[in-house]
Amino acid sequence: MAKQDLIKHTRIRKAVQGGWGLLHNAHLAGFITGQIYQGPLKKFCVPGMNCYSCPGAVGACPIGSMQALFDARKRKFAFYVVGYLAAIGMLVGRFICGWLCLFGLIQELLYKIPTPKITVPEKADKILRYLKYIMLFVFVFGLSFFYRNEVNVGMPWFCKYICPVGTLEGGIPLVLLNSGMRAAAGALFRWKFILLILCVAASIFIYRPFCKYVCPLGAFYALFQKVSILRMSFDESSCVNCGACSRQCKMGVDPMKNPNSAECIRCGECVKVCPKNALSWTAVGKAKKPVIVKVAEE
Amino acid sequence: MNRKEIPAWVTYVLLVLAIAMCAYGVYRGEWKDVMRKAVAICMECIGIG
Repeated sequence: MAKQDLIKHTRIRKAVQGGWGLLHNAHLAGFITGQIYQGPLKKFCVPGMNCYSCPGAVGACPIGSMQALFDARKRKFAFYVVGYLAAIGMLVGRFICGWLCLFGLIQELLYKIPTPKITVPEKADKILRYLKYIMLFVFVFGLSFFYRNEVNVGMPWFCKYICPVGTLEGGIPLVLLNSGMRAAAGALFRWKFILLILCVAASIFIYRPFCKYVCPLGAFYALFQKVSILRMSFDESSCVNCGACSRQCKMGVDPMKNPNSAECIRCGECVKVCPKNALSWTAVGKAKKPVIVKVAEE
Repeated sequence: MNRKEIPAWVTYVLLVLAIAMCAYGVYRGEWKDVMRKAVAICMECIGIG
């Protein structure tokens, strides 16, 4: 029963991820013409990683927008984007990563390719997980906010030198569709293309490596995991310590120890595999289910 | 494993602050800068410039 529930849940989640990704990239004509959407929706940021230079993108990339605002506002804070992302983080935390990020879905699909999978050694994994915070605080906030070149212009450091999403969703389609872009693609494009290939290759063997180790947006939402309105609740009295939840979690979280871990993308699979319903979604301030209900169910 | 949860009022205060921050950014017209950036191809993002 739990297995069927999990299969159904996984299908629903994939459908939501795919549908949301399509909605974000609904300007399908752009993939034929090579022109990006320039309508009024572009003033709004999408909640997940989605390059605004993707020919299909109908919204703005939150990470790119944040860096652009630091630049455009002469080192003034990006209240609009940071406030918007913080509000989303306060509402649902990293639920966005698990349900509403197209690049997350792409990595998940790559991981489905039947090959032997790699488990990153625990110590290395623990250290690498901090990398995404370096991306956020150094590349997105720090360098974009403080560094200026010789003509006093800042630049989107993360987008320019690291982001594989821009290469995949924007760079490759535009270079393929536009001969001028093709001619202009040089060393930087090659560098970013190599990073994309590494990311794609890693995703075949490691579950969502970009989300685990690199994504600054995931790092930003992770800051709100423990205070967000949507939370995971763990009922210790119902738990039989079977370990099904931690075995199921491909992000390497142990929900029994830390149900609102910064690494949890709130995919909800642990909730579905728990045979005793010890894990559940909850909202802040909502009273936990009385234990007597659980006893009666048993 | 009895973890102390952060009180609900902290969540609500932070949420209000986040919304206020976003609203202040809109008031400052930051959305125009986002729009300006998003309607042009970002050469850095795609690896050209």
